[in-house]
Amino acid sequence: MSVVEPLLSVRDLEVSFRTEEGVVPAVDGVSFDLAEGEILAVVGESGSGKSVTAMTLMGLTREPNARFGGTAHYKGVELIAASDDELRRVRGAEIAMIFQDPMTSLNPVHRIGDQIIEQIQEHEGLPDQQARERVVELLERVGLPRPAERVDNYPFEFSGGMRQRVMIALALSCNPSVLIADEPTTALDVTIQAQILGRIRALRDEIGAAVILVTHDLGVVADIADRILVMYSGRIVEQGTLDEIFYDPQHPYTWGLLGSITRVDRPRLRRLPAIAGLPPSLAHRPEGCHFRPRCPHEFDKCPEVPPLESRLEGRPHHRDRCWLSPEQKRQLREVSAGQIGLDPKAGVEANERRSGAGRRA
Amino acid sequence: MARFIVRRLLSMLVVLFLISILTFLIFNVIPGGDPAIRMAGRQPDPGQLERIREEWGFNEPVYVQYLKTMGQVFSGDLVSYSTQQNVIDEIGRRLGRTFALAIGAAVMWMVFATALGLFTAIRAGRVSDRLLTVLALVGVSMPVFWVGALMNYYLGFKAGIFPNGGYVPITDDPVDWFYHLIMPWTALSLLFIGVYSRILRSNVLDTMHEDYVRTARAKGLSERRVLIKHVLRNSLIPIITLWGLDFGAVLGGGAILTETVFDLQGVGQYAAESVDQLDVPPVLAVTLFAAFFIVLLNTAVDIIYAVLDPRIRLT
Repeated sequence: MSVVEPLLSVRDLEVSFRTEEGVVPAVDGVSFDLAEGEILAVVGESGSGKSVTAMTLMGLTREPNARFGGTAHYKGVELIAASDDELRRVRGAEIAMIFQDPMTSLNPVHRIGDQIIEQIQEHEGLPDQQARERVVELLERVGLPRPAERVDNYPFEFSGGMRQRVMIALALSCNPSVLIADEPTTALDVTIQAQILGRIRALRDEIGAAVILVTHDLGVVADIADRILVMYSGRIVEQGTLDEIFYDPQHPYTWGLLGSITRVDRPRLRRLPAIAGLPPSLAHRPEGCHFRPRCPHEFDKCPEVPPLESRLEGRPHHRDRCWLSPEQKRQLREVSAGQIGLDPKAGVEANERRSGAGRRA
Repeated sequence: MARFIVRRLLSMLVVLFLISILTFLIFNVIPGGDPAIRMAGRQPDPGQLERIREEWGFNEPVYVQYLKTMGQVFSGDLVSYSTQQNVIDEIGRRLGRTFALAIGAAVMWMVFATALGLFTAIRAGRVSDRLLTVLALVGVSMPVFWVGALMNYYLGFKAGIFPNGGYVPITDDPVDWFYHLIMPWTALSLLFIGVYSRILRSNVLDTMHEDYVRTARAKGLSERRVLIKHVLRNSLIPIITLWGLDFGAVLGGGAILTETVFDLQGVGQYAAESVDQLDVPPVLAVTLFAAFFIVLLNTAVDIIYAVLDPRIRLT
């Protein structure tokens, strides 16, 4: 994965919110590059800062109580310090976003066609008829049946999967270079999930947009991502290509994440493995490595923050934040055969729904 | 849609029928409700009372009296017991005044409440929001008769800026008409502005956190467009219902205090005077008149509601 000229270059991004509990850092020094046409997955559990990172790139976290640091360069625009007007020209036209919940992300009182036309006209000023034709075309491209009729429907006349297609059509309507999908399939059932992901990948192939896919579900990632960032408690703890993360994960947190995927190619466990404990409260995070309190391999070096760096020979882009040596990691990982970092007592009862939602490995 | 309107009209008839019975009965059972005694004047002799009862039909069973009175309502022959004037004509004479007050005030309070609600929501938590919140609460807490009296005294009587009550028909002099109505409109609107702006403020704040507003921002729309097209439109829907009901009530003569304080001689004031005299015919007619407007506006609101929110089906 040689990155020549990144499309989007994020450096030391920091986002914190002032709350009643004090200043809460949500994103704590995140840096990454996004290449043209690449699908980058940002993975982590709730509160890891993955969604805040994605929304901050669009300026959607701007509010009186938010503080920002770092930079995000996109085609000559620095998004973090950009004025609202500069940012508005980027939003929707250059960087578009698909949100988690399609049931609530469309305005219930406007026709879906009008909601898309609104964006096209804001950025390109097309006359009504042309904009409408483009919308019908877009709806057809995202696989909405009878688009010419449905363009005048209201959101409540659609199912969740159909609404997410509408959201995708909306996101694509101005041919953006970057598509940010924030948990695009979380609210959908599994069969629809696969269709939506397939659609996103197909569109990447067709229009060459780079995709940032934010998700907590490594199963989703395995299907379509080129590269993965694993986030924990506001920091990137590991990053690498899909194969690197799946076949040679370096950080104990990543092992835990991978361990919690239900695999149909392995014997079924009585309990679904889960990572012990809860993520730290953002306001009271431990010194040093944030994963320390939940990590079974903590040792005397961990109270110091491990830098995000390459620790493997010949793999400069596979980086992680763990003080263990690569040899130790390999051993620890193998000893418990993919179940390291798991606490059976904290496991979640495996039920049919979860195992059904597992990864098609 | 057509079926909805027909059904609403039918239910309106039922409502009006029930209201008329209730009003009529109330005045027949309250103490001192016997109109003959009042019509006869001080110390009447029994023969006089008997003659009046005979002449006006007060000695007949209640349901016969009711049917007769209702017949008069529809034929336009209803006559006041105390003034002996034709009630329908009296209402007709006052209609324009009440309408002028109601329509002007309804527009005024809706416009000001929308502006104020939106502004305080955008500035939520800041000094200007807190200040206006206190002002809105003051507005809600001030009774119309008190505000009206203060306005009349200070702005009308002492400062002489506005006319001290009264009414000039718009056909006589539109400017003077407007001039005479500024104080009544304001007095009547204050309470509504306070209530509506508070409701709108919280609606707007709720709506601003909706996912679809975030989507609207992500589209690159200007903040003004996001606010007006996506936030305000959705926040106004609940307010419209309220507005229809209040507007209907005021149209039907509900602004009794305002009309009385500013001596507008409107339908509400007429009703108040008639109640004072325990004069059944005008009270009955005004009550029916008011109920008609409330039901009518309610129906209109339901239709507007369905237009504003496509998820609502009229059946």
